[in-house]
Amino acid sequence: MTAKIKPAQGSPYARILGVGGYRPTRVVPNEEILKHIDSSDEWIRSRSGIATRHWANDEETVAEMTLEAAGKAVADAGITADQVGAVIISTVSHFKQTPAIATEIADRMGARKAAAFDINAGCAGFGYGLTLAKGLVVEGSADYVLVVGAERLSDLTDLTDRSTAFLFGDGAGAVIVGPSDEPGIGPSIWGSEGDKRDVISQTIPWDGFRVGDVAQLPLGEDGSVKFPALRQEGQTVFRWAVFEMAKVAQQALDAAGITPEDLDVFIPHQANMRIIDSMVKTLKLPEHVTVARDVETTGNTSAASIPLAMERLLATGKARSGDTALVIGFGAGLVYAATVVTLP
Amino acid sequence: MAATQEEIVSGLAEIVNEIAGIPTEDVQLEKSFTDDLDVDSLSMVEVVVAAEERFGVKIPDDDVKNLKTVGDATDYILKHQS
Repeated sequence: MTAKIKPAQGSPYARILGVGGYRPTRVVPNEEILKHIDSSDEWIRSRSGIATRHWANDEETVAEMTLEAAGKAVADAGITADQVGAVIISTVSHFKQTPAIATEIADRMGARKAAAFDINAGCAGFGYGLTLAKGLVVEGSADYVLVVGAERLSDLTDLTDRSTAFLFGDGAGAVIVGPSDEPGIGPSIWGSEGDKRDVISQTIPWDGFRVGDVAQLPLGEDGSVKFPALRQEGQTVFRWAVFEMAKVAQQALDAAGITPEDLDVFIPHQANMRIIDSMVKTLKLPEHVTVARDVETTGNTSAASIPLAMERLLATGKARSGDTALVIGFGAGLVYAATVVTLP
Repeated sequence: MAATQEEIVSGLAEIVNEIAGIPTEDVQLEKSFTDDLDVDSLSMVEVVVAAEERFGVKIPDDDVKNLKTVGDATDYILKHQS
């Protein structure tokens, strides 16, 4: 017989309760990048808006940066780590794939027994994690969920590629998602366009390093095998990000019943200042909307960029708790995720 | 109705002026977007998208790199406009 199964008891709604970030101690100015490529500070700034980025040292691993950011988010949410029922880490730059790094984080932060897993949704990883977290809280599988975007993209940077050498940074951004009496996270407009999977990608798959295939690997100037790096088709990404993602952002506003006038803050993935500026123009955002421009001093940190920018806007008083923010991530896949949130 | 060469050039001049702040009179057939008009690769994408909307053409990314001069873009639009 088919017995009646009792469903879990969730919360009516979910919201972001706390945010935390970690930026590596070492600040890398454009001058340092210019040792490796034929370019200029002016060129880098005009194409990307990036002046400095943070690069991790040996101690600042994906795990250590994640733990720092997670600890701050837990404290900001006013909960304790043992209340966290699920840990979701989005990363493409933690090189030991098994076991998931989320299990180490759950254990070391004191969220023992929490469900723990990693996701890879590139620069949309934060929005993907947020969407999953919202579902878990509302459905009742976890009271509090930790979502972290954590990257050491300096490890995946080809310093001799003049179109990307200056772009990437390292860091971790975390949020706690938990129960709420009011909707604090709007409908997610998320998806993928896998026909564009080659537009942003890792240069060499890991199994390309198997003995026998090594002869086909690209070599650096010193003759050594080049480590995999991220590469992209800049113009194609720019066009997609500015014009297609503006439509996705608009859909997220519409789905949440929010007009641009209602909006306080816009936090797009910090890919490139030119993309941010053009998106703001295409979306016709009113003057009063605060726009995150963290890319100038943080670079592109992929899944970490939105929570890092959110934390900085709140810490510097440019945004306030309770503000209505539109967040949108987009990147390798190509994948995207946009939603309207109430800031913690 | 399809735009004439003259209309396309003046339309492109307005677009380039709007996006890159270049005076419209500087935008002439033989001018290179990059070398003469200071339109970089990302601004070029914005010019192309604006031109698509204005003239009802599709300009795929693979074709954008062949549009070196205002004349190249004008010829492309003349040939492909609906």
